[in-house]
Amino acid sequence: MSKRAALSGKYAIVGVSELPVGKFPDQTTLGLHVEATRLALLDAGLKNTDIDGIISHQPRFDPMRDYTLLIAKASGITPTYMTDISSSGEAPVFMAQQAMLAIEAGLCETVLCVHARKGATREGPANVEIREGYDEYFTPYGIAGGIITHAFMASRHMHEFGTTRAQLGAVSVAARKHALLNPNAMMKKPMTIADHAASRPIAQPLHLFDCSLPADGGGAYIVMRIERARAMKNTPVVILGTGKHHVHANLANAPSLTTLGGKVSSQQAFEMAGLKPADMDFAQFYDCFSITTIGAIEDYGFCAKGEGGPFVENGRIEIGGELPVNTHGGLLSQGHIEGMMHVTEAIRQLRHEVEAARQVKNAQLGVVSGHGGHLSSHASLILGRDTR
Amino acid sequence: MSEQTSQSETYLKPLPQKDALSAPFWDALHAHELKIQRCADCSRYAFPPVSHCPGCLSTQLAWTAVSGKGKVQAAVTVDHAPMPAFKADVPYNVALVDLAEGVRVWTNVIGCAPAEVVCDMPVEAVFEDVTPDHTLLKFRPAR
Repeated sequence: MSKRAALSGKYAIVGVSELPVGKFPDQTTLGLHVEATRLALLDAGLKNTDIDGIISHQPRFDPMRDYTLLIAKASGITPTYMTDISSSGEAPVFMAQQAMLAIEAGLCETVLCVHARKGATREGPANVEIREGYDEYFTPYGIAGGIITHAFMASRHMHEFGTTRAQLGAVSVAARKHALLNPNAMMKKPMTIADHAASRPIAQPLHLFDCSLPADGGGAYIVMRIERARAMKNTPVVILGTGKHHVHANLANAPSLTTLGGKVSSQQAFEMAGLKPADMDFAQFYDCFSITTIGAIEDYGFCAKGEGGPFVENGRIEIGGELPVNTHGGLLSQGHIEGMMHVTEAIRQLRHEVEAARQVKNAQLGVVSGHGGHLSSHASLILGRDTR
Repeated sequence: MSEQTSQSETYLKPLPQKDALSAPFWDALHAHELKIQRCADCSRYAFPPVSHCPGCLSTQLAWTAVSGKGKVQAAVTVDHAPMPAFKADVPYNVALVDLAEGVRVWTNVIGCAPAEVVCDMPVEAVFEDVTPDHTLLKFRPAR
């Protein structure tokens, strides 16, 4: 057994929180972190003084030095392990691996993983935002932001594999259907493939309904050893597999725009868990844009590279389908909290506590992807309902 | 004041930011030449500009004239400008172009309609003087 596989099942998630997703101009980003922390502690039946490890992710629109320490201080936590992950949208997924390793190394026993952001109602001094890196080589050409980055991915994917706009639409429609079943989702109106096709072009081949929703919100989860987790009040959700891979830092040096870090990252996670894609009851794939979901379905081995377009059609990724994807509505229709809600949704699905209409029946195993930067950051997480 | 100066003052789009690393790239473009760093030790080309060769970590990097020939890796038509200064330009093309020498640049393909720019299309470099002091690297369909 590999060293990595020996860690499978040793750690579990015992508390989870989800803040309302929407527009909250009267809240601060730091305050959202503390509220997510408070609710996760409440859910777990723990006190702030029980937490000795804390992991957060530098909020892009409220960057401050030692952000994790600010959260700890504001939450009454005095950690012996603390780290700030700055790898954009993969961070909430990657945190689970870091929490597990910190406990394994004896640095701490109970780790809070927290992320919140205000992407809808930004605060602080105008135009304060973390630079992407190499900005000076693309902004003069009218290139900026994630939409164009992912439109490049879509352009190449459609060219190489014949992926269609209607297939992109199937991803957005599935996310919308799920959001309509989730009281904590921003989008409340149904969407059809025709609505998707008719939405205004933003960066073609991507249109408005291929894009995620800027949102305010946050969430948190708490990790501890499985033996301790079994004495807590909630059904433990066990960390079975984790992975991480980075192939490039920016699009100028990306070896591929269609096969990303998720390929190796998911292989690591599946190997660690001793599981395969077909074992999964659901997947929560980071869906900043419709094309990102299609790429992940392929990279994670649910189908061959290039077959993600046909895979998502005919309701296959909807609840009740072969592989329910983004059962909360995802970044596309719930709101963009950089993937934290993908993790919290997976935890809640495995605890069998989401609304009945979107509960994946008897869910035992699920996979979560985190993706960020210039298609450049990737982390994977396989979770399971504790079977003991 | 010359007409050119007033043009420079009213150019509102982001301009190349020259620093110790990038100045030779932008200066070459201003002279209507395309130069890319090449590692003297392992012969790899590197872009964006680097202090060390990412392949072998050599610091022996020589600014080398390249062909300006390339192929479109990905092409996008921007309809909703990501920055206010580009609003008047929509729809416009943005592209990733792979140079024959093995590096990739962010750019615009000009000289044809945005919808005519497609993946794998052969293109060649053109130099666009956007202000008297600044030149951008753009591409047009290969002739």
